Amino acid sequence: MSAAAATDEVLIARIAQGDRLAMQVLYGRHHVRVFRFGLRLVRNEQIAEDLISEVFLDVWRQAGKFEGRSAVSTWLLAITRFKALSALRRRKDAQLDEEAAHAIEDTSDDPEVAITKKDTSEALRKCLTALSAEHREIVDLVYYHEKSVEEVAEIVGIPENTVKTRLFYARKKLAELLKAAGVERGWP
Amino acid sequence: MMALSKKTLEQEPSDIEMLLPWHAAGTLNARDARRVEEALARDPDLARQYAVIGEEYAETIGLNETLGAPSARAMQKLFAAIDAEPARQPSFLAGLSSRVAAFFASLSPRTLAWSASLGAVALLLQAGVIGAVLVKNQSATYQTASLSVDTRTGQEAPPRALVRFAPDAKVSDITALLDTYQASIVDSAREGMFRLQFGSKAMSKAEVASLMSKLQAEKIVSLAVPAQ
Repeated sequence: MSAAAATDEVLIARIAQGDRLAMQVLYGRHHVRVFRFGLRLVRNEQIAEDLISEVFLDVWRQAGKFEGRSAVSTWLLAITRFKALSALRRRKDAQLDEEAAHAIEDTSDDPEVAITKKDTSEALRKCLTALSAEHREIVDLVYYHEKSVEEVAEIVGIPENTVKTRLFYARKKLAELLKAAGVERGWP
Repeated sequence: MMALSKKTLEQEPSDIEMLLPWHAAGTLNARDARRVEEALARDPDLARQYAVIGEEYAETIGLNETLGAPSARAMQKLFAAIDAEPARQPSFLAGLSSRVAAFFASLSPRTLAWSASLGAVALLLQAGVIGAVLVKNQSATYQTASLSVDTRTGQEAPPRALVRFAPDAKVSDITALLDTYQASIVDSAREGMFRLQFGSKAMSKAEVASLMSKLQAEKIVSLAVPAQ
Protein backbone atom coordinates (compact mmCIF):
# COMPACT_ATOMS: atom_id res chain seq x y z
CA MET A 1 0.00 0.00 0.00
CA SER A 2 1.38 3.40 -0.87
CA ALA A 3 1.69 6.03 1.79
CA ALA A 4 -0.56 8.33 -0.24
CA ALA A 5 -3.38 5.80 -0.11
CA ALA A 6 -3.11 5.16 3.60
CA THR A 7 -5.92 6.44 5.78
CA ASP A 8 -5.08 8.39 8.90
CA GLU A 9 -6.00 5.33 10.97
CA VAL A 10 -3.55 3.17 9.04
CA LEU A 11 -0.85 5.78 9.49
CA ILE A 12 -1.48 5.83 13.23
CA ALA A 13 -1.19 2.03 13.36
CA ARG A 14 2.13 2.27 11.53
CA ILE A 15 3.33 5.09 13.77
CA ALA A 16 2.55 2.88 16.74
CA GLN A 17 5.15 0.51 15.33
CA GLY A 18 7.72 3.26 15.05
CA ASP A 19 7.26 4.00 11.34
CA ARG A 20 8.92 7.38 10.81
CA LEU A 21 7.70 7.71 7.22
CA ALA A 22 4.10 7.31 8.35
CA MET A 23 4.75 10.09 10.84
CA GLN A 24 5.99 12.34 8.06
CA VAL A 25 2.90 11.65 5.98
CA LEU A 26 0.55 12.34 8.86
CA TYR A 27 2.45 15.51 9.70
CA GLY A 28 2.28 16.66 6.08
CA ARG A 29 -1.45 16.08 6.04
CA HIS A 30 -2.40 17.86 9.23
CA HIS A 31 0.30 20.26 10.41
CA VAL A 32 -1.12 23.38 8.75
CA ARG A 33 -4.57 23.00 10.28
CA VAL A 34 -3.08 22.10 13.65
CA PHE A 35 -0.89 25.19 13.43
CA ARG A 36 -3.77 27.48 12.51
CA PHE A 37 -6.02 26.12 15.24
CA GLY A 38 -3.23 26.56 17.77
CA LEU A 39 -2.35 30.02 16.50
CA ARG A 40 -5.93 31.22 16.82
CA LEU A 41 -5.87 30.09 20.43
CA VAL A 42 -2.44 31.31 21.56
CA ARG A 43 -2.10 34.28 19.15
CA ASN A 44 1.63 33.87 18.93
CA GLU A 45 3.36 32.25 15.95
CA GLN A 46 6.40 31.11 17.91
CA ILE A 47 4.27 29.39 20.52
CA ALA A 48 2.00 27.94 17.84
CA GLU A 49 5.03 26.41 16.08
CA ASP A 50 6.25 24.93 19.34
CA LEU A 51 2.76 23.53 19.86
CA ILE A 52 2.90 21.60 16.61
CA SER A 53 6.05 19.78 17.63
CA GLU A 54 4.54 18.96 21.00
CA VAL A 55 1.26 17.77 19.48
CA PHE A 56 2.87 15.45 16.94
CA LEU A 57 5.40 14.18 19.48
CA ASP A 58 2.42 13.20 21.61
CA VAL A 59 0.98 11.41 18.60
CA TRP A 60 4.27 9.53 18.17
CA ARG A 61 4.22 8.47 21.80
CA GLN A 62 0.50 7.75 22.14
CA ALA A 63 -0.29 6.21 18.73
CA GLY A 64 -0.48 2.74 20.24
CA LYS A 65 -3.23 3.91 22.56
CA PHE A 66 -5.35 5.54 19.85
CA GLU A 67 -8.66 3.69 19.93
CA GLY A 68 -10.18 5.13 16.79
CA ARG A 69 -13.35 6.22 18.53
CA SER A 70 -13.00 9.54 16.76
CA ALA A 71 -11.36 10.75 13.59
CA VAL A 72 -7.61 11.27 13.77
CA SER A 73 -8.08 14.97 12.93
CA THR A 74 -10.44 15.31 15.91
CA TRP A 75 -7.88 13.65 18.16
CA LEU A 76 -5.18 16.01 16.87
CA LEU A 77 -7.30 19.10 17.51
CA ALA A 78 -8.16 17.90 21.01
CA ILE A 79 -4.45 17.47 21.80
CA THR A 80 -3.71 20.87 20.25
CA ARG A 81 -6.35 22.56 22.36
CA PHE A 82 -5.01 20.96 25.53
CA LYS A 83 -1.45 21.99 24.69
CA ALA A 84 -2.54 25.51 23.74
CA LEU A 85 -4.37 26.02 27.02
CA SER A 86 -1.36 24.72 28.92
CA ALA A 87 0.90 27.10 26.97
CA LEU A 88 -1.43 30.00 27.74
CA ARG A 89 -1.36 29.15 31.42
CA ARG A 90 2.43 29.08 31.30
CA ARG A 91 2.68 32.39 29.54
CA LYS A 92 2.67 34.91 32.30
CA ASP A 93 2.54 37.96 30.10
CA ALA A 94 -0.72 36.83 28.55
CA GLN A 95 -2.78 36.82 31.68
CA LEU A 96 -6.21 37.11 30.22
CA ASP A 97 -7.13 36.32 26.73
CA GLU A 98 -9.84 38.94 27.01
CA GLU A 99 -7.10 41.53 27.38
CA ALA A 100 -5.57 40.38 24.16
CA ALA A 101 -8.94 40.61 22.48
CA HIS A 102 -9.45 44.13 23.76
CA ALA A 103 -5.95 45.07 22.70
CA ILE A 104 -6.84 44.05 19.19
CA GLU A 105 -10.04 46.05 19.35
CA ASP A 106 -8.42 49.08 20.92
CA THR A 107 -5.30 49.42 18.83
CA SER A 108 -6.98 51.13 15.98
CA ASP A 109 -10.70 50.74 16.28
CA ASP A 110 -10.14 48.44 13.38
CA PRO A 111 -13.77 47.49 12.72
CA GLU A 112 -14.59 51.16 12.41
CA VAL A 113 -11.71 51.73 10.04
CA ALA A 114 -12.87 48.77 8.09
CA ILE A 115 -16.37 50.11 7.76
CA THR A 116 -15.13 53.48 6.55
CA LYS A 117 -13.58 51.52 3.76
CA LYS A 118 -16.97 49.97 3.17
CA ASP A 119 -15.35 46.66 3.64
CA THR A 120 -17.78 44.47 5.48
CA SER A 121 -15.64 41.47 4.81
CA GLU A 122 -12.66 42.94 6.60
CA ALA A 123 -14.84 44.12 9.48
CA LEU A 124 -16.15 40.61 9.85
CA ARG A 125 -12.63 39.23 10.05
CA LYS A 126 -11.60 41.82 12.62
CA CYS A 127 -14.62 40.99 14.73
CA LEU A 128 -13.96 37.25 14.38
CA THR A 129 -10.49 37.95 15.77
CA ALA A 130 -11.94 40.01 18.59
CA LEU A 131 -14.14 37.21 19.89
CA SER A 132 -13.16 35.57 23.17
CA ALA A 133 -10.97 32.47 22.96
CA GLU A 134 -13.95 30.31 23.90
CA HIS A 135 -16.00 31.74 21.06
CA ARG A 136 -13.14 31.79 18.56
CA GLU A 137 -12.37 28.15 18.98
CA ILE A 138 -15.94 27.01 18.50
CA VAL A 139 -16.42 29.18 15.41
CA ASP A 140 -13.17 27.83 13.93
CA LEU A 141 -13.94 24.22 14.76
CA VAL A 142 -17.35 24.35 13.09
CA TYR A 143 -16.68 26.58 10.09
CA TYR A 144 -13.01 26.00 9.28
CA HIS A 145 -12.27 22.55 10.65
CA GLU A 146 -15.75 21.31 9.69
CA LYS A 147 -16.35 19.43 12.89
CA SER A 148 -19.76 18.02 13.76
CA VAL A 149 -21.57 18.80 17.01
CA GLU A 150 -20.33 15.51 18.46
CA GLU A 151 -16.74 16.12 17.43
CA VAL A 152 -16.68 19.64 18.84
CA ALA A 153 -18.09 18.28 22.09
CA GLU A 154 -15.25 15.78 22.21
CA ILE A 155 -12.53 18.31 21.39
CA VAL A 156 -13.72 20.97 23.80
CA GLY A 157 -14.94 18.54 26.45
CA ILE A 158 -18.44 19.94 26.85
CA PRO A 159 -21.94 18.46 26.28
CA GLU A 160 -23.38 18.59 22.77
CA ASN A 161 -26.16 20.97 23.78
CA THR A 162 -23.59 23.35 25.22
CA VAL A 163 -21.72 23.19 21.91
CA LYS A 164 -24.84 24.36 20.09
CA THR A 165 -25.71 27.14 22.50
CA ARG A 166 -22.09 28.30 22.72
CA LEU A 167 -21.85 28.74 18.98
CA PHE A 168 -25.18 30.54 18.93
CA TYR A 169 -23.99 33.02 21.53
CA ALA A 170 -20.63 33.36 19.79
CA ARG A 171 -22.54 34.39 16.68
CA LYS A 172 -24.65 36.81 18.68
CA LYS A 173 -21.50 38.35 20.13
CA LEU A 174 -20.07 38.64 16.64
CA ALA A 175 -23.22 40.44 15.52
CA GLU A 176 -22.90 42.85 18.47
CA LEU A 177 -19.28 43.62 17.60
CA LEU A 178 -20.24 44.23 13.99
CA LYS A 179 -23.13 46.45 15.03
CA ALA A 180 -20.77 48.49 17.22
CA ALA A 181 -18.58 48.86 14.16
CA GLY A 182 -21.53 50.08 12.15
CA VAL A 183 -22.21 46.93 10.21
CA GLU A 184 -25.84 45.79 10.11
CA ARG A 185 -26.48 42.44 8.55
CA GLY A 186 -30.14 41.89 9.29
CA TRP A 187 -29.52 39.46 12.15
CA PRO A 188 -30.25 39.57 14.99
CA MET B 1 -41.31 28.92 13.42
CA MET B 2 -41.04 32.49 12.24
CA ALA B 3 -42.22 33.77 15.58
CA LEU B 4 -39.92 31.37 17.34
CA SER B 5 -36.79 32.59 15.57
CA LYS B 6 -37.71 36.20 16.34
CA LYS B 7 -38.06 35.38 19.96
CA THR B 8 -34.60 33.91 20.14
CA LEU B 9 -33.09 37.30 20.71
CA GLU B 10 -34.59 37.33 24.17
CA GLN B 11 -35.15 33.65 24.69
CA GLU B 12 -33.42 30.38 24.11
CA PRO B 13 -32.86 29.69 20.43
CA SER B 14 -34.69 26.78 18.84
CA ASP B 15 -32.84 23.58 18.09
CA ILE B 16 -33.15 24.15 14.35
CA GLU B 17 -31.75 27.64 14.66
CA MET B 18 -28.74 26.33 16.54
CA LEU B 19 -28.07 23.75 13.84
CA LEU B 20 -27.82 26.31 11.03
CA PRO B 21 -24.00 26.71 11.22
CA TRP B 22 -23.49 22.96 10.85
CA HIS B 23 -25.91 22.94 7.94
CA ALA B 24 -23.81 25.65 6.28
CA ALA B 25 -20.68 23.59 6.87
CA GLY B 26 -22.35 20.44 5.56
CA THR B 27 -21.66 18.42 8.69
CA LEU B 28 -25.21 17.54 9.72
CA ASN B 29 -26.56 14.04 9.33
CA ALA B 30 -29.19 13.49 6.65
CA ARG B 31 -32.11 13.65 9.07
CA ASP B 32 -31.11 16.95 10.66
CA ALA B 33 -30.17 18.42 7.29
CA ARG B 34 -33.66 17.61 6.04
CA ARG B 35 -35.24 19.20 9.14
CA VAL B 36 -33.22 22.35 8.61
CA GLU B 37 -34.04 22.49 4.90
CA GLU B 38 -37.75 22.22 5.65
CA ALA B 39 -37.57 24.92 8.30
CA LEU B 40 -35.62 27.22 5.98
CA ALA B 41 -38.27 26.80 3.31
CA ARG B 42 -40.99 27.75 5.80
CA ASP B 43 -39.37 30.58 7.73
CA PRO B 44 -37.99 33.70 5.95
CA ASP B 45 -36.40 34.97 9.20
CA LEU B 46 -34.51 31.75 9.55
CA ALA B 47 -33.47 31.96 5.89
CA ARG B 48 -32.13 35.48 6.47
CA GLN B 49 -30.16 34.27 9.44
CA TYR B 50 -28.81 31.43 7.32
CA ALA B 51 -27.58 33.92 4.72
CA VAL B 52 -25.72 35.77 7.47
CA ILE B 53 -24.19 32.50 8.57
CA GLY B 54 -22.98 31.96 5.01
CA GLU B 55 -20.96 35.19 5.28
CA GLU B 56 -19.53 34.19 8.66
CA TYR B 57 -18.61 30.80 7.29
CA ALA B 58 -16.79 32.24 4.27
CA GLU B 59 -14.94 34.86 6.30
CA THR B 60 -13.88 32.36 8.96
CA ILE B 61 -12.32 30.22 6.27
CA GLY B 62 -10.75 33.28 4.67
CA LEU B 63 -9.35 34.43 7.99
CA ASN B 64 -7.84 31.03 8.78
CA GLU B 65 -6.35 30.75 5.32
CA THR B 66 -4.48 34.01 5.84
CA LEU B 67 -2.74 32.56 8.90
CA GLY B 68 -0.11 30.92 6.73
CA ALA B 69 1.79 27.80 7.62
CA PRO B 70 4.49 26.95 10.12
CA SER B 71 8.15 27.13 9.16
CA ALA B 72 10.30 24.08 8.55
CA ARG B 73 11.72 24.62 12.04
CA ALA B 74 8.66 22.98 13.59
CA MET B 75 9.17 19.80 11.59
CA GLN B 76 12.91 19.72 12.28
CA LYS B 77 12.24 20.13 15.98
CA LEU B 78 9.67 17.35 15.92
CA PHE B 79 11.86 14.81 14.17
CA ALA B 80 14.86 15.71 16.32
CA ALA B 81 12.67 14.94 19.33
CA ILE B 82 11.49 11.70 17.74
CA ASP B 83 15.08 10.66 17.04
CA ALA B 84 15.86 11.26 20.68
CA GLU B 85 13.03 8.94 21.76
CA PRO B 86 13.97 5.41 22.81
CA ALA B 87 13.63 2.89 19.99
CA ARG B 88 10.46 0.88 20.27
CA GLN B 89 9.96 -2.80 19.63
CA PRO B 90 7.06 -3.42 17.29
CA SER B 91 4.67 -5.75 19.08
CA PHE B 92 2.96 -8.64 17.34
CA LEU B 93 -0.48 -7.26 18.15
CA ALA B 94 0.42 -3.83 16.86
CA GLY B 95 1.68 -5.45 13.69
CA LEU B 96 -1.54 -7.40 13.34
CA SER B 97 -3.60 -4.28 13.92
CA SER B 98 -1.60 -2.46 11.30
CA ARG B 99 -2.10 -5.24 8.77
CA VAL B 100 -5.84 -5.48 9.45
CA ALA B 101 -6.17 -1.71 9.20
CA ALA B 102 -4.25 -1.72 5.93
CA PHE B 103 -6.42 -4.54 4.60
CA PHE B 104 -9.65 -2.66 5.33
CA ALA B 105 -8.21 0.53 3.91
CA SER B 106 -7.27 -1.23 0.69
CA LEU B 107 -10.92 -2.04 -0.08
CA SER B 108 -12.56 0.56 -2.26
CA PRO B 109 -15.98 1.91 -1.22
CA ARG B 110 -17.43 0.28 -4.33
CA THR B 111 -15.98 -3.08 -3.34
CA LEU B 112 -17.34 -2.69 0.15
CA ALA B 113 -20.76 -1.73 -1.14
CA TRP B 114 -20.90 -4.75 -3.47
CA SER B 115 -19.57 -6.97 -0.71
CA ALA B 116 -22.31 -5.81 1.61
CA SER B 117 -25.05 -6.42 -0.96
CA LEU B 118 -23.75 -9.83 -1.95
CA GLY B 119 -23.19 -10.66 1.70
CA ALA B 120 -26.83 -10.04 2.45
CA VAL B 121 -27.89 -12.43 -0.34
CA ALA B 122 -25.37 -15.04 0.70
CA LEU B 123 -26.54 -14.76 4.25
CA LEU B 124 -30.14 -15.44 3.32
CA LEU B 125 -29.07 -18.46 1.30
CA GLN B 126 -26.93 -19.73 4.12
CA ALA B 127 -29.72 -19.23 6.63
CA GLY B 128 -32.01 -21.21 4.36
CA VAL B 129 -29.53 -24.06 4.06
CA ILE B 130 -28.89 -24.17 7.79
CA GLY B 131 -32.61 -24.09 8.47
CA ALA B 132 -33.23 -26.94 6.02
CA VAL B 133 -30.50 -29.05 7.60
CA LEU B 134 -31.83 -28.45 11.07
CA VAL B 135 -35.38 -29.36 10.12
CA LYS B 136 -34.33 -32.42 8.18
CA ASN B 137 -31.95 -33.80 10.79
CA GLN B 138 -33.66 -32.89 13.99
CA SER B 139 -33.09 -36.25 15.58
CA ALA B 140 -29.81 -36.93 13.92
CA THR B 141 -26.52 -35.60 15.10
CA TYR B 142 -24.92 -32.93 13.00
CA GLN B 143 -21.51 -31.55 12.99
CA THR B 144 -21.11 -27.95 14.04
CA ALA B 145 -18.19 -25.81 13.15
CA SER B 146 -17.00 -26.01 16.70
CA LEU B 147 -16.89 -29.79 16.66
CA SER B 148 -15.57 -30.26 13.21
CA VAL B 149 -12.51 -32.40 12.85
CA ASP B 150 -9.45 -31.35 10.99
CA THR B 151 -9.10 -34.15 8.48
CA ARG B 152 -5.38 -33.54 8.10
CA THR B 153 -4.51 -33.87 11.78
CA GLY B 154 -7.47 -35.73 13.21
CA GLN B 155 -7.74 -33.02 15.89
CA GLU B 156 -10.89 -31.09 16.61
CA ALA B 157 -10.55 -27.65 15.03
CA PRO B 158 -11.09 -24.36 16.83
CA PRO B 159 -14.46 -22.73 16.21
CA ARG B 160 -15.04 -20.45 13.30
CA ALA B 161 -17.74 -17.94 12.53
CA LEU B 162 -18.91 -15.79 9.69
CA VAL B 163 -19.06 -12.26 10.99
CA ARG B 164 -20.30 -9.07 9.48
CA PHE B 165 -19.28 -5.84 11.13
CA ALA B 166 -21.51 -2.80 11.49
CA PRO B 167 -21.01 -0.27 8.67
CA ASP B 168 -19.75 2.35 11.12
CA ALA B 169 -17.31 -0.01 12.86
CA LYS B 170 -13.88 1.50 13.11
CA VAL B 171 -10.81 -0.52 12.23
CA SER B 172 -9.42 0.00 15.70
CA ASP B 173 -12.66 -1.38 17.19
CA ILE B 174 -12.39 -4.44 14.98
CA THR B 175 -8.77 -5.09 15.87
CA ALA B 176 -9.63 -4.62 19.54
CA LEU B 177 -12.44 -7.16 19.16
CA LEU B 178 -10.06 -9.61 17.49
CA ASP B 179 -7.65 -9.19 20.36
CA THR B 180 -10.38 -9.62 22.97
CA TYR B 181 -11.66 -12.84 21.42
CA GLN B 182 -8.21 -14.08 20.43
CA ALA B 183 -9.62 -14.28 16.95
CA SER B 184 -7.98 -14.11 13.59
CA ILE B 185 -9.38 -13.48 10.14
CA VAL B 186 -8.92 -16.67 8.15
CA ASP B 187 -10.77 -15.58 5.07
CA SER B 188 -10.78 -12.18 3.47
CA ALA B 189 -13.86 -10.03 3.01
CA ARG B 190 -15.90 -12.27 0.79
CA GLU B 191 -19.41 -11.07 0.22
CA GLY B 192 -19.14 -8.63 3.06
CA MET B 193 -18.48 -11.35 5.62
CA PHE B 194 -15.33 -12.31 7.43
CA ARG B 195 -14.51 -15.84 8.50
CA LEU B 196 -12.98 -15.63 11.94
CA GLN B 197 -11.27 -18.38 13.92
CA PHE B 198 -11.35 -18.21 17.69
CA GLY B 199 -8.41 -19.34 19.75
CA SER B 200 -6.56 -22.54 19.04
CA LYS B 201 -8.71 -25.13 20.77
CA ALA B 202 -12.03 -26.73 19.98
CA MET B 203 -15.13 -25.74 21.94
CA SER B 204 -18.27 -27.57 22.94
CA LYS B 205 -21.58 -26.71 21.31
CA ALA B 206 -22.63 -24.79 24.38
CA GLU B 207 -19.43 -22.81 24.39
CA VAL B 208 -19.82 -21.97 20.72
CA ALA B 209 -23.43 -20.90 21.26
CA SER B 210 -22.33 -18.69 24.13
CA LEU B 211 -19.53 -17.26 22.01
CA MET B 212 -21.92 -16.48 19.18
CA SER B 213 -24.42 -14.73 21.42
CA LYS B 214 -21.62 -12.76 23.03
CA LEU B 215 -20.31 -11.77 19.63
CA GLN B 216 -23.77 -10.88 18.42
CA ALA B 217 -24.16 -8.58 21.41
CA GLU B 218 -21.07 -6.62 20.42
CA LYS B 219 -21.95 -3.14 19.21
CA ILE B 220 -19.79 -3.36 16.11
CA VAL B 221 -21.04 -6.81 15.06
CA SER B 222 -24.18 -6.85 12.98
CA LEU B 223 -24.17 -10.60 12.44
CA ALA B 224 -22.29 -13.63 13.73
CA VAL B 225 -23.08 -17.20 12.75
CA PRO B 226 -21.08 -20.41 13.29
CA ALA B 227 -19.17 -21.55 10.24
CA GLN B 228 -16.82 -24.23 9.04
